[in-house]
Amino acid sequence: MALQDPGPDAAAQTRNIIADMTHLEGPLLPMLHAVQAAFGHVPQEALPVIADTLNISNAEIHGVVSFYHDFRRAPAGRHVLKLCRAEACQSMGSEAVAAKLTALLGVRSGETSPDQAVTIEPVYCLGLCSCAPAALLDGEPIGRLDDERIVAIVERVRP
Amino acid sequence: MSITIFIPRDAAALALGADGVAAAMAKEIAARGIPARIVRNGSRGMHWLEPLVEVDSGGARRAFGPVAPGDVASLFAAGFLDGDAHPLALGPTDAIPFLARQTRLTFARCGVTDPLSLDDYRRHDGLRGLEKAVAMAPEDIVREVTDSGLRGRGGAGFPTGIKWNTVRGAVAEQKYIVCNADEGDSGTFADRMIMEGDPFVLIEGMAIAGLAVGATKGFIYIRSEYPHAVAAMRAAILIARAEGILGPAVLGSGRGFDMEVRVGAGAYVCGEETSLLNSLEGKRGVVRAKPPLPALQGLFGKPTVVNNVISLASVPVILDKGAAYYKDFGMGRSRGTIPIQIAGNVKHAGLFETGFGLTLGEIIETIGGGTASGRPVKAVQVGGPLGAYFPPALFDTPFDYEAFAAKDGLIGHAGITVFDDSADMLKMARFAMEFCAVENCGKCTPCRIGSTRGVETLDKLALGIEPDASLALVTDLCNTMKFGSLCALGGFTPYPVMSALTHFPQDFVPRPAAVAAE
Repeated sequence: MALQDPGPDAAAQTRNIIADMTHLEGPLLPMLHAVQAAFGHVPQEALPVIADTLNISNAEIHGVVSFYHDFRRAPAGRHVLKLCRAEACQSMGSEAVAAKLTALLGVRSGETSPDQAVTIEPVYCLGLCSCAPAALLDGEPIGRLDDERIVAIVERVRP
Repeated sequence: MSITIFIPRDAAALALGADGVAAAMAKEIAARGIPARIVRNGSRGMHWLEPLVEVDSGGARRAFGPVAPGDVASLFAAGFLDGDAHPLALGPTDAIPFLARQTRLTFARCGVTDPLSLDDYRRHDGLRGLEKAVAMAPEDIVREVTDSGLRGRGGAGFPTGIKWNTVRGAVAEQKYIVCNADEGDSGTFADRMIMEGDPFVLIEGMAIAGLAVGATKGFIYIRSEYPHAVAAMRAAILIARAEGILGPAVLGSGRGFDMEVRVGAGAYVCGEETSLLNSLEGKRGVVRAKPPLPALQGLFGKPTVVNNVISLASVPVILDKGAAYYKDFGMGRSRGTIPIQIAGNVKHAGLFETGFGLTLGEIIETIGGGTASGRPVKAVQVGGPLGAYFPPALFDTPFDYEAFAAKDGLIGHAGITVFDDSADMLKMARFAMEFCAVENCGKCTPCRIGSTRGVETLDKLALGIEPDASLALVTDLCNTMKFGSLCALGGFTPYPVMSALTHFPQDFVPRPAAVAAE
């Protein structure tokens, strides 16, 4: 996962990141995705730069960033575990899986562990409903989460 | 003799270890000096057999599965490239009953071809629909789609041709084709599978739509939870552009059409078409009131076709083989085929494309093989988180838009999630309300407040606080949400809640009594 300290030049970096995106129709979401890909989250310093570039207000851009679950306002852990909590996974015991993983990793759903090793995010469907319960660890899909795969996740997060 | 080994790259196969299998296969091939080629295909849709490895050594393709990386050495030892001696052998792929019983029109190539090989695509009847369309007048393309009886596969079931005709008739200097690939419903994965397994068919369908209505630009809005679909579509678009399928002259016709992929940001409500359009424009994904229809004032206020992935991906075969061919499948006013996604607690989970009309019972018991846990089926949710829960008593309902509506349900995007008898339907009803409370866009009061009050009231019910009054209040809230909400999120959340209440009343009696009775 990208996890750079935005540092004092986050504004300048943002200006570079979005420079070649201004020609897009409806450029705001692509810009926010690009900023998050670079910094691991959307730093506050980036917002006035984007607002200025697109000639929209700071309030408007705050409204957009805060609307979407994906955009993080603070850095995530070194690993991001997206655990599916939707119906198909529930039918295969995802509640118990989530309880085990949060206990073993020592972090609650929606939070980052104190050692910054992992962030657990609840998601509602990964399209892996035919091999539930499912998760995405740093973008990599994992299906039929059983004890063996749960242990493998824990070992990858804290080797 | 050339040998080809197929190992899927579909996300479901990857989730079950397909990359490890491919790495082990490549190692064995190299070590043994075998002149075999590995192709990373899409999935055949038999997900309980994934990773499903197929071998093409001249005759019919033969399948093996589910293959773990640790099985690879023994497969070679058993001579799996030439015979079926290994215990994981499943015989000729096309003869596996789950596949043999299907009618694959939209998914004809999915799992068969290399998703990013345009040669494969052409060899398997790809681009025939678009080749016909470039030689047709726009109104004739629209008529073909209208006559096919194709209805919106995203869930609403609106006739696709009629929508297209409205956009075609609108006068504007710019029109758009928007593909809704924000497949957020639990229990559905057809859009993901086609984008990962046969991306060119979606490109072809969108190009045909562009020619039909006079749109020159398309957007595919894919949810961020689908990184593999995003990558596959982006790669396929680059290939299609380089080959002149997209660009200023589609297939050399002189008419232009191009498209790009946009990635969502984790908002379920953006699967609603007007909220999706706002999101594409870079706004909060808030629902718009209709009218104006997106067909007249859609993306950036311009006439816009908004169609689901499967609707658009079904267009090429309709143009290729004709409206009558497609319309011949199905029942009643539900024409053609539907890719049914069987998911959750079910033995044979996967994608099953067939004409409309199978009963729910046939799908769950005969095709799905009952529950994975081996316990009795208690309920199935059809149509995602906004779909109704059906008890086995309603398993004679045929899979058809009108038949499901008549039973206070919907087929939605054709996902079916199976639950065994351990499911707690009060909990599922509460989850439906909670999901709506978390995911609503905030614009209309019935949805925003009703769902929150719904969670609270169901919690009271679970604790046995004023059960009669709480039940009456939940029913009343559902009524207000159903008729007072702006879009299907608030409007359809009552389906799972009320169906759970109606068909499983025993789960809604106060909890302390239920515990004492056990």
